[in-house]
Amino acid sequence: MPESNERGALTEAVFYILLALYTPMHGYRIMQTVRDLSSGRVDLGAGTLYGAINTLLEKKWIQPVAGEQDSRKKEYAITTLGKSVVESEIKRLQDLIETGRKIVRGI
Amino acid sequence: MKHIVRKAFWDFEKEEQWLNDMSARGMAFTDYSWCRYVFTDTPDQQYIYRIELLENLPTHAESIAYLRFLEENGVEVVATYLRWVYLRKPAADGPFDIYTDIDSKIKHYQRINYFWTVFMIIEFAAAIPNLTLGITNLLMHEPFGNFSYGNLIIGAATLSLAILFLALDLPLRRKIKKLRQEKAIHE
Repeated sequence: MPESNERGALTEAVFYILLALYTPMHGYRIMQTVRDLSSGRVDLGAGTLYGAINTLLEKKWIQPVAGEQDSRKKEYAITTLGKSVVESEIKRLQDLIETGRKIVRGI
Repeated sequence: MKHIVRKAFWDFEKEEQWLNDMSARGMAFTDYSWCRYVFTDTPDQQYIYRIELLENLPTHAESIAYLRFLEENGVEVVATYLRWVYLRKPAADGPFDIYTDIDSKIKHYQRINYFWTVFMIIEFAAAIPNLTLGITNLLMHEPFGNFSYGNLIIGAATLSLAILFLALDLPLRRKIKKLRQEKAIHE
């Protein structure tokens, strides 16, 4: 369902990758960080991460970190655009939680 | 010590399972050529194996970049065959999967589905003219010469292959459908 993706709901993998990249880091660190941030629940496969990084680069939500040309491991960082995506996602999730709570618990 | 096992698989997930079973018994897979697997003795359960169909041949620039990324992440490329790659990671590093979300799993299955579909179409494309020509010629009492049975044999052989590829592909199509259903409900 591409429509729902366009409207804003991020996949868990993408959400956590974007969060991880508030600190610039390379692929392996992203996997470890995402695992830590999600208390071990989200364990990214290398193939999934590779695909996500390429898509996020294309969308310019993340960018390669300049410098360290000779370093084999490329580092990535979130862009301003990426940060705004994360912020609207947090807002969306908040709305979701509030609506859910209101109906389920009557708060 | 080296062990050579000759074996054929149609289903890459069964093949993967077999490599992992062998690894569990201290036989680590180290090389592949057509239907020929090479193993060396290692401690039990040393490695976890995964098999992947790449989008391009392993020598393609995009594949090289991808495989290098995998290697940076502690994944070893054990062998390549056509667009297939055999990957492994030490079991001590924890669970090892290449694709962990529904989208990328679907994409991978689709790649394999397409791989078999191409073979299937080639075989059908060979079977249909052979069968048509053979049958027509036979029914018309061979006006074009005495070759009907040759065409019929080739036609039947290629048609069987086409049906075989179609049958091989069915479980994959079912898996893709199931994943799509799941995706409609959750990630």
